[in-house]
Amino acid sequence: MASIHADPHLPATDHGHADDASKPYHERYHAAHHFKSRDHEFDSVKMGVWLFLGTEILLFSGMFVAYAIFRMMHPEAFIAGSGKLSVGWGLLNTVVLLLSSYTVAAAVRHAQTGNQKWLQINVVLTFFAGLAFLLIKFVFEYAPKYAEGKLPGMFFSYPYATSEYEPLWWGIYWGATAIHASHVIIGMGLFVWIWLRARKQHFGPGHYNAVEGVGLYWHIVDIVWIFLFPLLYLIH
Amino acid sequence: MATIGDIHSGGLHGHGHGHEHHGSYLERKGGLIVTIWDWMTTVDHKKIGVMYLFAILFMFFLGGVAALVVRTELAHPNVATVTATGSVTYSGNTIGQVFGQGENIAKSNEFYNRAMTLHGVIMVFLVIVPSVPASLGNFLLPLMLGAKDVAFPRLNLASWYVYLLGSIFAVISMVQGGVDTGWTFYTPYSTTTDADSLRVVWMVTAAFILGFSSIFTGLNFVVTVHKLRAPGMGWFDMPLFVWGIYGAAIIQVLATPVIGITLLLLIFERLFHIGIFDPRMGGDPVLFQHFFWFYSHPVVYVMILPGMAVINEMIATGARKPIFGYRAVAFSTLAIAGISFIVWGHHLFTSQGEIAAVVFSALTFLVAIPSAVKVFNWIATLYKGSICMNTWNLYALAFLWLFTIGGLTGLFLGSLAVDLHLHDTYFVVAHFHYVMMGGTIIAFIGAIHFWWPKMFGKMYNEFWARIAFFLVFVGFNGTFFPQFVMGSQGMPRRYANYVDVFQPYHMASTIGSYVLALGFFLHLLVFLHSLAAGKKAGPNPWGSLTLEWTNASSPPIEHNFDHEPVVTHGPYDYDNVLPPQTAPGEFVLPKPAAVAVKH
Repeated sequence: MASIHADPHLPATDHGHADDASKPYHERYHAAHHFKSRDHEFDSVKMGVWLFLGTEILLFSGMFVAYAIFRMMHPEAFIAGSGKLSVGWGLLNTVVLLLSSYTVAAAVRHAQTGNQKWLQINVVLTFFAGLAFLLIKFVFEYAPKYAEGKLPGMFFSYPYATSEYEPLWWGIYWGATAIHASHVIIGMGLFVWIWLRARKQHFGPGHYNAVEGVGLYWHIVDIVWIFLFPLLYLIH
Repeated sequence: MATIGDIHSGGLHGHGHGHEHHGSYLERKGGLIVTIWDWMTTVDHKKIGVMYLFAILFMFFLGGVAALVVRTELAHPNVATVTATGSVTYSGNTIGQVFGQGENIAKSNEFYNRAMTLHGVIMVFLVIVPSVPASLGNFLLPLMLGAKDVAFPRLNLASWYVYLLGSIFAVISMVQGGVDTGWTFYTPYSTTTDADSLRVVWMVTAAFILGFSSIFTGLNFVVTVHKLRAPGMGWFDMPLFVWGIYGAAIIQVLATPVIGITLLLLIFERLFHIGIFDPRMGGDPVLFQHFFWFYSHPVVYVMILPGMAVINEMIATGARKPIFGYRAVAFSTLAIAGISFIVWGHHLFTSQGEIAAVVFSALTFLVAIPSAVKVFNWIATLYKGSICMNTWNLYALAFLWLFTIGGLTGLFLGSLAVDLHLHDTYFVVAHFHYVMMGGTIIAFIGAIHFWWPKMFGKMYNEFWARIAFFLVFVGFNGTFFPQFVMGSQGMPRRYANYVDVFQPYHMASTIGSYVLALGFFLHLLVFLHSLAAGKKAGPNPWGSLTLEWTNASSPPIEHNFDHEPVVTHGPYDYDNVLPPQTAPGEFVLPKPAAVAVKH
């Protein structure tokens, strides 16, 4: 049974015994008062994260359904629009995200083994992978398309459209990639948070909920891109 | 099975162990500012539940006022008019003032549409969806499971603030004049109406934000039920309230993201005109209907499952009998949650293919089975019970009537041939009010009475509460029963004016709505009186057997229990467990003849 403390995360030192202030945070950490143990808390947090990832999949599934329906209704617009995307930059971004999947998995592993240095290095690498993804996306994809008028709906002004419904395709493209990009940005924010905590030795073998949760979230961001890339760039 | 001693060892008498002071969760921490700050930053599920309760009741008041405006307008076949200054005149008399002004709302039909939409949006997104889960669910779920809190207390507080944020967005839209789309935001109307303003965007964003509040709450509850049950409490030892909340929470988690993306696309469509729902650009407005109802039909069961959940507790306690067919009720909850995802097409009978309509019609009938299982089990529970007539049990009994009427008329609408005639008439309006209001709200009001002593440690005035119940029951049926009649005769919904022949029904409905309002006003007075001068409540005034009554004081202490409860009896073992007493001899076991019915 966990004992009840006023602040469940930083147990008061006057209780003495296991709460030696010289130990790093992750060793002193107590589960929140309504959990029986760290394991109990860890299992609960993990279940919560997985449920949240389920909601993410359902959110994107709406986008995928819209893609499927309009591809069926207007195949010519989708073929014309898809052909105007730069497969090279898309592929590079896919590689960047796949590499970041490795670094985030490594970060979780190093948190589990308590390797503080490599935990931080991998978290920072993942953050920069996210940044690289966004830079490539904005500089080499969004910006030229914006300049050429390949924009969604009423903003569409590209003069050489071959299909009447191309604006709709650009609506799907911008909508899907923008929602994905917003998830990348949120993920980067989470990695800043993880890095700040990792610097204070918050994570170690007995306590790495946050690293694991954010890692799972980042994998979902990757997986969504793994589906978006072939659907938008490759299928002509 | 348990002895009485076991229950008392659970620590009803509280303060025995001495080394720490266990104050009630309502105890003030200091001066006014300190207290307000304490409530605003609390992660205590009980305080969050109470804050939700008051917010929801306030929103219920706002939505109710909008409903009265609608009913007042409909009392007469002609329409009320709105002058340029925003005052509403009706037959030459000024009857009110609208918030927004200017020529875009200076048309009476529009005014009606806005009032009707306001009523729908507030009641659905701000009242009924969060009603039982966010207020009573938050308060009771950990208590019933024997836990100290929900799994993620800070997420719980976040969900409350997200709810507030969503409400603020809705209010911003209302202050600018509100929207006239109806709560369903159907395209292409919702993407083209009020083109000169962002009111629709504010309102849709409000619904989008409120969805996150719903997801957070649902996710929290699912994990809490899985991970935080007290020692000795298996899945089938949980009170059925928990099952109902659990079923609703699963739907909240799985359906709400779809409305999230739908409303996001609607916002994109509105702001950037991306064409997804616009046929001129190759889009499809019916896609919006599919997306919308893929969420909004399951969410109908987010609304009704928690209502059914509280009915279990009230019926069993009120009849002093074990729930008949516990597992059937529990599994029917999951069945309803599951089937809810495959019936959305019955909202689009007229805008989809014939084969699809037939399939959805058949699937719709499927929902009736688990719903009927529940109703029959409640009736069987009442059979030969010693039924008390406290206000909350009157509400539970009213629920059985009203929900049954609402459910059965749903079968009319689910059959294709009949629906051709009844589609988009007041029959539909009456049907879903019997389910949403006659079901969920009636259960909610009853449940507030039932758990009022637990939440605030005060009893309410039973006599006046019963009078108020009577007014609500009569007013409710007076309001909505005539709508079945006029709907079956062809009165279409969503019109401010109508042919004279329907006026008697509309007049009856309007008078009914005033009686209903009077009943709710009386309830408000009863509650206020209770808070100010109510008798002090004992830990278990109704003699119930779930943990929040047997093992926690009224109101509960900050960490809920002095000791972690150990569950030694089922939640409905009224045949062989004597509930802890507030006064000696208050509750007795059934006569030996009845005890013969052993599990």
